[in-house]
Amino acid sequence: MASGVKPRVKVPKSAAAGDSIVIKTLISHKMESGQRKDSDGNVIPRSIINRFTCEFNGESVIDVAMEPAISTNPYFEFEATVPEAGEFKFTWYDDDGSVYEESKSIAIG
Amino acid sequence: MELTRRNAIIMGAGAFFVAGLPLRVSAAGEEAIAAFTGGAEIGTGDIKLTAPEIAENGNTVPIEVSSDGAAEIMVLAMGNPTPGVATFKFGPLAASRYASTRIRLAGTQDVVAIAKLEDGSFVQASSTVKVTIGGCGG
Amino acid sequence: MRKLTGAVLATLLSSTLVSAGPVDDELVINDETEIVTRTAAPAHVADVLDEVMSGWLFRGTETRAMEMDDFDNPGMIFVEQAEEQWNTADGSEGKSCADCHGASTEMAGVRPVYPKYNEEAGEVRTLEMQVNDCRENRMGAEKWKYTGGDMVNMTALLASVSRGMPVDIAIDGPAQSTWEQGKDLYYTRTGLLELSCANCHEDNYGNMIRADHLSQGQINGFPTYRLKNTKLNAVHSRFKGCVRDTRAETFSPGSPEFVALELYVGSRGNGLSVEGPSVRN
Repeated sequence: MASGVKPRVKVPKSAAAGDSIVIKTLISHKMESGQRKDSDGNVIPRSIINRFTCEFNGESVIDVAMEPAISTNPYFEFEATVPEAGEFKFTWYDDDGSVYEESKSIAIG
Repeated sequence: MELTRRNAIIMGAGAFFVAGLPLRVSAAGEEAIAAFTGGAEIGTGDIKLTAPEIAENGNTVPIEVSSDGAAEIMVLAMGNPTPGVATFKFGPLAASRYASTRIRLAGTQDVVAIAKLEDGSFVQASSTVKVTIGGCGG
Repeated sequence: MRKLTGAVLATLLSSTLVSAGPVDDELVINDETEIVTRTAAPAHVADVLDEVMSGWLFRGTETRAMEMDDFDNPGMIFVEQAEEQWNTADGSEGKSCADCHGASTEMAGVRPVYPKYNEEAGEVRTLEMQVNDCRENRMGAEKWKYTGGDMVNMTALLASVSRGMPVDIAIDGPAQSTWEQGKDLYYTRTGLLELSCANCHEDNYGNMIRADHLSQGQINGFPTYRLKNTKLNAVHSRFKGCVRDTRAETFSPGSPEFVALELYVGSRGNGLSVEGPSVRN
Protein backbone atom coordinates (compact mmCIF):
# COMPACT_ATOMS: atom_id res chain seq x y z
CA MET A 1 0.00 0.00 0.00
CA ALA A 2 1.29 3.46 -0.85
CA SER A 3 2.01 5.36 2.37
CA GLY A 4 -0.18 8.08 3.85
CA VAL A 5 -3.26 7.28 1.76
CA LYS A 6 -6.34 8.76 3.37
CA PRO A 7 -9.73 9.21 1.72
CA ARG A 8 -12.10 12.11 2.44
CA VAL A 9 -15.66 12.34 1.19
CA LYS A 10 -18.30 14.99 1.58
CA VAL A 11 -21.93 13.84 1.49
CA PRO A 12 -24.91 15.64 3.04
CA LYS A 13 -26.26 13.90 6.18
CA SER A 14 -29.81 13.88 4.87
CA ALA A 15 -31.86 14.54 1.72
CA ALA A 16 -35.46 14.29 0.55
CA ALA A 17 -36.30 11.05 -1.31
CA GLY A 18 -35.49 11.47 -5.00
CA ASP A 19 -33.25 14.49 -4.37
CA SER A 20 -30.02 15.03 -6.21
CA ILE A 21 -27.00 15.82 -4.06
CA VAL A 22 -23.43 16.96 -4.71
CA ILE A 23 -20.66 14.61 -3.62
CA LYS A 24 -17.00 15.57 -3.34
CA THR A 25 -14.14 13.13 -2.81
CA LEU A 26 -10.43 13.56 -2.23
CA ILE A 27 -7.79 10.98 -1.45
CA SER A 28 -4.18 11.64 -0.48
CA HIS A 29 -2.02 9.82 -3.02
CA LYS A 30 1.16 10.72 -4.89
CA MET A 31 -0.13 9.57 -8.28
CA GLU A 32 3.39 8.90 -9.52
CA SER A 33 2.99 9.30 -13.26
CA GLY A 34 5.80 7.10 -14.52
CA GLN A 35 7.12 10.11 -16.47
CA ARG A 36 9.47 11.48 -13.83
CA LYS A 37 13.11 10.64 -13.28
CA ASP A 38 15.03 10.60 -10.01
CA SER A 39 18.30 12.49 -9.50
CA ASP A 40 20.26 9.57 -10.98
CA GLY A 41 18.23 9.72 -14.18
CA ASN A 42 16.24 6.55 -13.55
CA VAL A 43 12.55 6.58 -14.36
CA ILE A 44 10.41 6.50 -11.20
CA PRO A 45 7.90 3.70 -11.86
CA ARG A 46 4.25 4.55 -12.30
CA SER A 47 2.15 4.13 -9.14
CA ILE A 48 -1.31 5.58 -9.35
CA ILE A 49 -4.90 4.99 -8.37
CA ASN A 50 -6.39 3.72 -11.63
CA ARG A 51 -10.08 3.47 -10.82
CA PHE A 52 -12.61 5.15 -8.56
CA THR A 53 -16.19 4.06 -8.03
CA CYS A 54 -19.18 5.33 -6.08
CA GLU A 55 -22.21 3.14 -5.39
CA PHE A 56 -25.38 3.73 -3.42
CA ASN A 57 -27.03 0.65 -1.87
CA GLY A 58 -25.14 -1.45 -4.40
CA GLU A 59 -26.14 0.52 -7.48
CA SER A 60 -23.61 2.52 -9.50
CA VAL A 61 -23.43 6.30 -9.35
CA ILE A 62 -20.15 6.79 -11.19
CA ASP A 63 -17.22 4.64 -12.30
CA VAL A 64 -14.07 6.49 -13.29
CA ALA A 65 -11.09 5.07 -15.18
CA MET A 66 -8.11 7.15 -14.08
CA GLU A 67 -4.85 7.80 -15.93
CA PRO A 68 -1.53 9.31 -14.77
CA ALA A 69 -2.76 12.77 -15.82
CA ILE A 70 -5.00 12.94 -12.74
CA SER A 71 -3.31 15.28 -10.23
CA THR A 72 -1.71 14.26 -6.94
CA ASN A 73 -4.38 13.85 -4.24
CA PRO A 74 -7.16 12.99 -6.73
CA TYR A 75 -10.32 15.06 -6.43
CA PHE A 76 -13.75 14.32 -7.89
CA GLU A 77 -17.05 16.11 -7.72
CA PHE A 78 -20.29 14.68 -9.12
CA GLU A 79 -24.02 14.44 -8.45
CA ALA A 80 -26.06 11.50 -7.16
CA THR A 81 -29.74 10.70 -6.86
CA VAL A 82 -30.89 9.53 -3.43
CA PRO A 83 -33.97 7.31 -3.90
CA GLU A 84 -34.10 6.12 -0.28
CA ALA A 85 -32.09 6.09 2.95
CA GLY A 86 -28.92 4.08 2.66
CA GLU A 87 -25.20 4.05 2.25
CA PHE A 88 -22.78 5.46 -0.27
CA LYS A 89 -19.73 3.31 -0.82
CA PHE A 90 -16.58 4.78 -2.31
CA THR A 91 -13.72 2.63 -3.59
CA TRP A 92 -10.30 3.57 -4.96
CA TYR A 93 -8.14 0.94 -6.72
CA ASP A 94 -4.35 1.31 -6.54
CA ASP A 95 -1.90 0.02 -9.18
CA ASP A 96 -0.25 -2.03 -6.43
CA GLY A 97 -3.46 -3.94 -5.77
CA SER A 98 -4.47 -2.00 -2.65
CA VAL A 99 -8.10 -1.02 -2.35
CA TYR A 100 -9.16 1.96 -0.25
CA GLU A 101 -12.76 2.17 0.91
CA GLU A 102 -14.95 4.73 2.62
CA SER A 103 -18.68 4.80 3.22
CA LYS A 104 -21.24 7.41 4.28
CA SER A 105 -24.84 6.96 5.34
CA ILE A 106 -27.57 9.33 4.34
CA ALA A 107 -30.99 9.69 5.98
CA ILE A 108 -34.26 10.72 4.37
CA GLY A 109 -35.86 13.73 6.01
CA MET B 1 15.52 19.72 -8.80
CA GLU B 2 18.74 21.30 -7.61
CA LEU B 3 19.16 24.72 -9.13
CA THR B 4 22.49 24.38 -10.84
CA ARG B 5 23.62 26.95 -13.36
CA ARG B 6 22.88 24.49 -16.14
CA ASN B 7 19.34 23.92 -14.90
CA ALA B 8 18.83 27.65 -14.50
CA ILE B 9 19.73 28.15 -18.14
CA ILE B 10 17.45 25.32 -19.22
CA MET B 11 14.57 26.71 -17.16
CA GLY B 12 15.15 30.15 -18.58
CA ALA B 13 15.09 28.78 -22.10
CA GLY B 14 11.89 26.88 -21.34
CA ALA B 15 10.13 30.01 -20.20
CA PHE B 16 11.34 31.88 -23.22
CA PHE B 17 10.05 29.41 -25.74
CA VAL B 18 6.70 28.57 -24.26
CA ALA B 19 4.76 31.29 -26.02
CA GLY B 20 6.24 30.57 -29.41
CA LEU B 21 5.88 26.81 -29.55
CA PRO B 22 3.10 25.24 -31.57
CA LEU B 23 0.56 23.22 -29.61
CA ARG B 24 1.83 19.79 -28.84
CA VAL B 25 -0.26 16.96 -30.21
CA SER B 26 0.31 13.25 -30.23
CA ALA B 27 -0.74 10.44 -32.49
CA ALA B 28 -1.58 8.54 -29.31
CA GLY B 29 -4.37 11.05 -28.68
CA GLU B 30 -5.96 10.32 -32.06
CA GLU B 31 -5.61 6.59 -31.39
CA ALA B 32 -7.31 6.91 -28.00
CA ILE B 33 -10.21 8.72 -29.63
CA ALA B 34 -10.53 6.04 -32.32
CA ALA B 35 -10.47 3.31 -29.66
CA PHE B 36 -13.25 5.07 -27.72
CA THR B 37 -15.50 5.79 -30.70
CA GLY B 38 -14.67 2.72 -32.80
CA GLY B 39 -14.06 5.15 -35.64
CA ALA B 40 -17.60 6.58 -35.56
CA GLU B 41 -18.12 10.17 -36.60
CA ILE B 42 -17.97 12.74 -33.80
CA GLY B 43 -20.41 15.61 -33.73
CA THR B 44 -20.71 18.68 -31.56
CA GLY B 45 -23.52 19.95 -29.39
CA ASP B 46 -24.58 18.26 -26.17
CA ILE B 47 -21.26 18.49 -24.34
CA LYS B 48 -19.57 21.13 -22.28
CA LEU B 49 -15.95 21.26 -21.14
CA THR B 50 -14.91 23.97 -18.69
CA ALA B 51 -11.18 24.59 -18.22
CA PRO B 52 -9.22 27.72 -17.37
CA GLU B 53 -7.87 29.71 -20.29
CA ILE B 54 -4.60 30.10 -18.40
CA ALA B 55 -3.55 27.54 -15.79
CA GLU B 56 -1.31 28.92 -13.05
CA ASN B 57 0.35 25.57 -12.71
CA GLY B 58 0.17 22.56 -15.02
CA ASN B 59 0.28 20.22 -12.03
CA THR B 60 -3.24 20.99 -10.85
CA VAL B 61 -5.70 22.25 -13.45
CA PRO B 62 -9.39 22.13 -12.48
CA ILE B 63 -11.77 20.97 -15.23
CA GLU B 64 -15.48 20.17 -15.49
CA VAL B 65 -17.33 18.11 -18.08
CA SER B 66 -21.05 17.68 -18.63
CA SER B 67 -23.32 16.26 -21.30
CA ASP B 68 -27.03 15.69 -20.66
CA GLY B 69 -27.35 12.53 -22.71
CA ALA B 70 -23.99 10.93 -21.95
CA ALA B 71 -23.43 7.36 -20.88
CA GLU B 72 -19.69 7.99 -20.69
CA ILE B 73 -17.35 10.95 -21.07
CA MET B 74 -13.68 10.54 -21.91
CA VAL B 75 -11.19 13.34 -21.28
CA LEU B 76 -7.86 13.59 -23.11
CA ALA B 77 -4.91 15.95 -22.79
CA MET B 78 -3.70 15.88 -26.38
CA GLY B 79 -0.24 17.27 -25.64
CA ASN B 80 0.69 15.06 -22.70
CA PRO B 81 3.24 12.25 -23.08
CA THR B 82 0.30 9.87 -22.56
CA PRO B 83 -2.93 11.63 -23.55
CA GLY B 84 -5.40 9.71 -21.35
CA VAL B 85 -6.85 11.62 -18.38
CA ALA B 86 -10.04 9.90 -17.25
CA THR B 87 -13.22 8.24 -18.48
CA PHE B 88 -16.36 8.86 -16.45
CA LYS B 89 -19.01 6.16 -16.74
CA PHE B 90 -22.34 7.31 -15.31
CA GLY B 91 -24.47 4.78 -13.43
CA PRO B 92 -28.25 4.66 -12.93
CA LEU B 93 -27.97 6.79 -9.78
CA ALA B 94 -25.95 9.61 -11.34
CA ALA B 95 -28.19 12.65 -10.88
CA SER B 96 -26.52 14.42 -13.77
CA ARG B 97 -23.96 13.65 -16.39
CA TYR B 98 -21.45 15.98 -14.81
CA ALA B 99 -18.04 15.53 -13.20
CA SER B 100 -15.25 17.76 -12.04
CA THR B 101 -11.61 16.87 -11.31
CA ARG B 102 -8.06 18.25 -11.29
CA ILE B 103 -5.60 17.24 -13.99
CA ARG B 104 -1.96 17.52 -15.07
CA LEU B 105 -0.99 19.26 -18.28
CA ALA B 106 2.60 18.99 -19.48
CA GLY B 107 2.37 22.28 -21.36
CA THR B 108 0.04 24.55 -23.33
CA GLN B 109 -2.30 22.26 -25.27
CA ASP B 110 -5.85 21.27 -26.17
CA VAL B 111 -7.95 19.36 -23.66
CA VAL B 112 -10.62 17.28 -25.38
CA ALA B 113 -13.81 15.75 -23.94
CA ILE B 114 -15.80 13.20 -25.94
CA ALA B 115 -19.17 11.92 -24.78
CA LYS B 116 -20.70 8.65 -25.83
CA LEU B 117 -24.40 9.44 -25.77
CA GLU B 118 -27.04 6.93 -24.74
CA ASP B 119 -28.16 6.64 -28.38
CA GLY B 120 -24.65 5.45 -29.30
CA SER B 121 -23.54 8.64 -31.06
CA PHE B 122 -20.52 10.75 -30.06
CA VAL B 123 -20.03 14.45 -29.42
CA GLN B 124 -16.87 16.38 -28.65
CA ALA B 125 -15.76 19.66 -27.10
CA SER B 126 -12.25 21.00 -26.73
CA SER B 127 -10.53 23.84 -24.97
CA THR B 128 -7.02 25.26 -25.26
CA VAL B 129 -5.33 25.73 -21.90
CA LYS B 130 -2.22 27.89 -21.68
CA VAL B 131 0.11 26.55 -19.02
CA THR B 132 2.34 29.06 -17.28
CA ILE B 133 5.96 28.01 -16.97
CA GLY B 134 8.67 30.04 -15.30
CA GLY B 135 8.68 32.21 -12.26
CA CYS B 136 10.04 31.41 -8.88
CA GLY B 137 10.98 27.79 -8.31
CA GLY B 138 11.25 28.26 -4.51
CA MET C 1 27.64 46.23 -10.41
CA ARG C 2 24.58 48.25 -9.50
CA LYS C 3 23.83 48.77 -13.15
CA LEU C 4 24.17 45.07 -13.90
CA THR C 5 21.77 44.16 -11.12
CA GLY C 6 19.30 46.61 -12.55
CA ALA C 7 19.59 44.96 -15.92
CA VAL C 8 19.05 41.51 -14.45
CA LEU C 9 15.98 42.65 -12.59
CA ALA C 10 14.60 44.42 -15.64
CA THR C 11 14.95 41.19 -17.59
CA LEU C 12 13.13 39.24 -14.91
CA LEU C 13 10.31 41.72 -14.57
CA SER C 14 7.87 42.73 -17.25
CA SER C 15 5.80 45.27 -15.41
CA THR C 16 4.53 47.26 -18.34
CA LEU C 17 2.95 44.40 -20.24
CA VAL C 18 0.79 42.50 -17.81
CA SER C 19 -0.98 43.41 -14.64
CA ALA C 20 -0.31 40.81 -11.96
CA GLY C 21 -2.83 41.67 -9.32
CA PRO C 22 -3.79 42.20 -6.59
CA VAL C 23 -7.37 41.33 -7.52
CA ASP C 24 -10.43 42.90 -5.96
CA ASP C 25 -11.93 39.90 -4.17
CA GLU C 26 -13.04 38.78 -0.73
CA LEU C 27 -11.98 35.57 0.99
CA VAL C 28 -14.53 33.78 3.15
CA ILE C 29 -13.67 30.19 4.07
CA ASN C 30 -16.51 27.64 4.38
CA ASP C 31 -19.01 30.53 4.05
CA GLU C 32 -18.24 31.49 7.66
CA THR C 33 -14.64 32.51 8.38
CA GLU C 34 -13.92 35.97 7.04
CA ILE C 35 -10.27 36.48 6.16
CA VAL C 36 -8.71 39.93 6.10
CA THR C 37 -6.59 39.82 2.94
CA ARG C 38 -5.76 43.53 2.77
CA THR C 39 -5.50 46.13 5.49
CA ALA C 40 -3.60 49.28 6.45
CA ALA C 41 0.10 48.60 6.90
CA PRO C 42 1.26 48.33 10.51
CA ALA C 43 3.16 51.38 11.81
CA HIS C 44 6.59 49.76 11.46
CA VAL C 45 6.26 49.34 7.70
CA ALA C 46 4.02 52.35 6.98
CA ASP C 47 7.01 54.25 5.55
CA VAL C 48 7.29 51.73 2.69
CA LEU C 49 3.79 50.26 2.23
CA ASP C 50 0.32 51.79 2.43
CA GLU C 51 -1.45 48.46 2.58
CA VAL C 52 -0.43 44.94 3.39
CA MET C 53 -1.92 42.21 1.21
CA SER C 54 -2.19 38.46 1.41
CA GLY C 55 -0.63 36.43 -1.39
CA TRP C 56 -4.16 35.08 -2.01
CA LEU C 57 -4.96 38.31 -3.88
CA PHE C 58 -2.15 37.63 -6.35
CA ARG C 59 -3.37 34.21 -7.44
CA GLY C 60 -5.67 33.13 -10.25
CA THR C 61 -9.42 32.54 -9.96
CA GLU C 62 -9.21 28.74 -9.72
CA THR C 63 -6.41 28.79 -7.14
CA ARG C 64 -8.28 31.34 -5.02
CA ALA C 65 -11.42 29.21 -5.14
CA MET C 66 -9.58 26.15 -3.81
CA GLU C 67 -8.96 27.94 -0.52
CA MET C 68 -12.59 28.96 0.01
CA ASP C 69 -13.77 25.53 1.12
CA ASP C 70 -11.98 23.13 3.45
CA PHE C 71 -12.96 20.22 1.28
CA ASP C 72 -11.55 21.78 -1.87
CA ASN C 73 -8.32 22.75 -0.06
CA PRO C 74 -5.95 19.76 -0.34
CA GLY C 75 -3.92 21.17 2.58
CA MET C 76 -6.74 20.15 4.90
CA ILE C 77 -6.02 16.43 4.35
CA PHE C 78 -2.77 17.04 6.18
CA VAL C 79 -4.52 18.99 8.92
CA GLU C 80 -6.67 15.90 9.50
CA GLN C 81 -3.54 13.77 9.73
CA ALA C 82 -2.08 16.17 12.29
CA GLU C 83 -5.33 16.04 14.27
CA GLU C 84 -4.81 12.29 14.68
CA GLN C 85 -1.23 12.94 15.73
CA TRP C 86 -2.43 15.56 18.21
CA ASN C 87 -4.48 12.93 20.02
CA THR C 88 -1.88 10.14 19.86
CA ALA C 89 0.59 9.53 22.70
CA ASP C 90 4.26 9.53 21.71
CA GLY C 91 7.60 9.30 23.52
CA SER C 92 8.76 7.96 26.89
CA GLU C 93 6.21 9.98 28.90
CA GLY C 94 3.29 8.39 27.06
CA LYS C 95 1.67 11.76 26.49
CA SER C 96 -0.13 13.21 23.52
CA CYS C 97 -0.37 16.92 22.70
CA ALA C 98 -4.00 16.73 23.84
CA ASP C 99 -3.04 15.44 27.30
CA CYS C 100 -1.57 18.84 28.19
CA HIS C 101 -3.28 21.22 25.78
CA GLY C 102 -6.79 19.74 25.40
CA ALA C 103 -8.49 19.82 22.02
CA SER C 104 -6.52 21.31 19.14
CA THR C 105 -9.11 24.09 18.96
CA GLU C 106 -7.88 25.23 22.39
CA MET C 107 -4.76 26.42 20.56
CA ALA C 108 -6.69 29.18 18.76
CA GLY C 109 -4.75 32.39 19.22
CA VAL C 110 -1.32 30.79 19.40
CA ARG C 111 -0.33 30.97 15.72
CA PRO C 112 -1.03 34.72 15.40
CA VAL C 113 1.62 35.72 17.98
CA TYR C 114 4.47 33.51 16.76
CA PRO C 115 7.46 33.85 16.43
CA LYS C 116 7.51 35.00 20.04
CA TYR C 117 10.15 35.75 22.69
CA ASN C 118 10.44 32.93 25.22
CA GLU C 119 11.41 34.33 28.60
CA GLU C 120 12.76 31.10 30.03
CA ALA C 121 14.86 30.23 26.99
CA GLY C 122 15.95 33.81 26.45
CA GLU C 123 15.33 33.61 22.69
CA VAL C 124 12.74 34.23 20.02
CA ARG C 125 11.01 30.97 19.13
CA THR C 126 9.02 29.85 16.16
CA LEU C 127 6.06 27.53 16.47
CA GLU C 128 8.23 24.70 15.15
CA MET C 129 10.81 25.26 17.91
CA GLN C 130 8.04 25.25 20.50
CA VAL C 131 6.57 22.01 19.12
CA ASN C 132 9.97 20.34 19.27
CA ASP C 133 10.53 21.66 22.79
CA CYS C 134 7.29 19.96 23.82
CA ARG C 135 8.27 16.75 22.09
CA GLU C 136 11.73 16.60 23.56
CA ASN C 137 11.18 17.91 27.08
CA ARG C 138 7.57 17.09 27.91
CA MET C 139 6.82 14.01 25.85
CA GLY C 140 10.26 12.42 25.77
CA ALA C 141 9.83 11.99 22.04
CA GLU C 142 12.24 12.54 19.21
CA LYS C 143 12.40 15.97 17.66
CA TRP C 144 10.83 16.33 14.25
CA LYS C 145 12.80 17.57 11.25
CA TYR C 146 12.22 21.31 11.08
CA THR C 147 10.43 21.29 7.72
CA GLY C 148 9.53 17.58 7.67
CA GLY C 149 6.07 16.19 6.99
CA ASP C 150 5.01 15.65 10.62
CA MET C 151 6.09 19.16 11.57
CA VAL C 152 4.50 20.98 8.67
CA ASN C 153 1.26 19.04 9.19
CA MET C 154 1.24 20.03 12.87
CA THR C 155 1.88 23.72 12.14
CA ALA C 156 -0.92 23.54 9.56
CA LEU C 157 -3.28 22.23 12.25
CA LEU C 158 -2.18 25.01 14.62
CA ALA C 159 -2.68 27.62 11.90
CA SER C 160 -6.07 26.22 10.87
CA VAL C 161 -7.60 26.68 14.34
CA SER C 162 -6.56 30.37 14.30
CA ARG C 163 -7.86 31.19 10.83
CA GLY C 164 -9.49 34.59 10.70
CA MET C 165 -7.57 35.90 13.72
CA PRO C 166 -5.24 38.83 13.05
CA VAL C 167 -1.48 38.24 12.97
CA ASP C 168 -0.14 40.07 16.02
CA ILE C 169 3.60 39.56 16.38
CA ALA C 170 5.36 41.55 19.10
CA ILE C 171 8.43 43.36 17.78
CA ASP C 172 9.47 45.41 20.78
CA GLY C 173 10.97 44.61 24.18
CA PRO C 174 13.14 41.51 24.23
CA ALA C 175 12.18 40.60 20.64
CA GLN C 176 13.49 43.85 19.24
CA SER C 177 17.11 42.89 18.59
CA THR C 178 16.04 39.73 16.74
CA TRP C 179 13.52 41.79 14.78
CA GLU C 180 16.26 44.26 13.78
CA GLN C 181 18.41 41.34 12.65
CA GLY C 182 15.53 40.04 10.54
CA LYS C 183 15.00 43.49 9.05
CA ASP C 184 18.68 43.68 8.09
CA LEU C 185 18.38 40.33 6.34
CA TYR C 186 15.24 41.46 4.51
CA TYR C 187 17.08 44.40 2.96
CA THR C 188 20.40 42.60 2.30
CA ARG C 189 21.05 41.69 -1.32
CA THR C 190 22.21 38.10 -1.78
CA GLY C 191 23.50 35.85 -4.51
CA LEU C 192 24.74 36.33 -8.05
CA LEU C 193 21.54 38.21 -8.86
CA GLU C 194 22.10 40.54 -5.90
CA LEU C 195 18.47 40.61 -4.90
CA SER C 196 17.09 41.29 -1.45
CA CYS C 197 13.63 40.26 -0.27
CA ALA C 198 12.63 43.90 -0.68
CA ASN C 199 13.69 44.13 -4.34
CA CYS C 200 10.95 41.73 -5.33
CA HIS C 201 8.36 41.85 -2.56
CA GLU C 202 8.43 45.53 -1.61
CA ASP C 203 9.56 47.30 -4.78
CA ASN C 204 7.85 45.08 -7.34
CA TYR C 205 4.80 43.33 -5.93
CA GLY C 206 2.00 43.40 -8.47
CA ASN C 207 4.49 43.01 -11.34
CA MET C 208 5.34 39.84 -13.20
CA ILE C 209 8.58 37.98 -12.54
CA ARG C 210 8.94 36.02 -15.74
CA ALA C 211 5.63 34.18 -16.00
CA ASP C 212 4.61 34.51 -12.37
CA HIS C 213 2.95 37.10 -10.17
CA LEU C 214 5.00 38.81 -7.48
CA SER C 215 3.20 39.17 -4.19
CA GLN C 216 4.23 41.10 -1.11
CA GLY C 217 5.75 37.92 0.24
CA GLN C 218 3.45 37.89 3.26
CA ILE C 219 3.57 34.72 5.35
CA ASN C 220 0.14 34.83 7.04
CA GLY C 221 -0.97 31.93 4.81
CA PHE C 222 1.77 29.46 5.81
CA PRO C 223 2.08 26.58 5.73
CA THR C 224 0.88 26.68 2.17
CA TYR C 225 -0.25 23.91 -0.17
CA ARG C 226 1.55 24.60 -3.42
CA LEU C 227 0.15 23.35 -6.72
CA LYS C 228 3.74 23.13 -7.92
CA ASN C 229 4.81 20.37 -5.52
CA THR C 230 1.34 19.31 -4.32
CA LYS C 231 2.21 19.32 -0.62
CA LEU C 232 2.33 21.62 2.37
CA ASN C 233 5.33 23.93 2.43
CA ALA C 234 6.84 25.46 5.56
CA VAL C 235 7.76 29.12 5.58
CA HIS C 236 11.47 28.39 6.02
CA SER C 237 11.36 26.15 2.94
CA ARG C 238 9.97 29.11 1.01
CA PHE C 239 12.68 31.42 2.39
CA LYS C 240 15.28 28.87 1.33
CA GLY C 241 13.80 28.68 -2.17
CA CYS C 242 13.77 32.47 -2.54
CA VAL C 243 17.37 32.88 -1.38
CA ARG C 244 18.45 30.04 -3.63
CA ASP C 245 16.71 31.72 -6.56
CA THR C 246 18.99 34.73 -6.06
CA ARG C 247 21.77 32.19 -6.75
CA ALA C 248 23.06 32.35 -3.18
CA GLU C 249 24.05 29.79 -0.59
CA THR C 250 21.03 29.78 1.69
CA PHE C 251 20.59 29.64 5.43
CA SER C 252 19.13 26.42 6.79
CA PRO C 253 15.52 26.00 7.89
CA GLY C 254 15.44 26.56 11.64
CA SER C 255 18.66 28.61 11.62
CA PRO C 256 18.83 31.75 13.80
CA GLU C 257 18.89 33.84 10.61
CA PHE C 258 15.63 32.39 9.28
CA VAL C 259 14.01 32.63 12.74
CA ALA C 260 14.87 36.34 12.76
CA LEU C 261 13.65 36.73 9.19
CA GLU C 262 10.37 34.98 10.04
CA LEU C 263 9.84 37.31 12.98
CA TYR C 264 10.41 40.35 10.76
CA VAL C 265 8.46 39.17 7.69
CA GLY C 266 5.64 37.90 9.91
CA SER C 267 5.39 41.29 11.61
CA ARG C 268 5.04 43.02 8.22
CA GLY C 269 1.72 41.19 8.01
CA ASN C 270 0.40 42.26 11.43
CA GLY C 271 -3.32 42.88 10.89
CA LEU C 272 -3.79 40.31 8.11
CA SER C 273 -5.68 37.18 9.12
CA VAL C 274 -4.02 33.87 9.80
CA GLU C 275 -4.89 31.91 6.66
CA GLY C 276 -2.93 28.65 6.79
CA PRO C 277 -3.05 26.20 5.27
CA SER C 278 -3.44 28.41 2.22
CA VAL C 279 -3.35 27.36 -1.44
CA ARG C 280 -0.77 28.93 -3.73
CA ASN C 281 0.94 28.29 -7.02
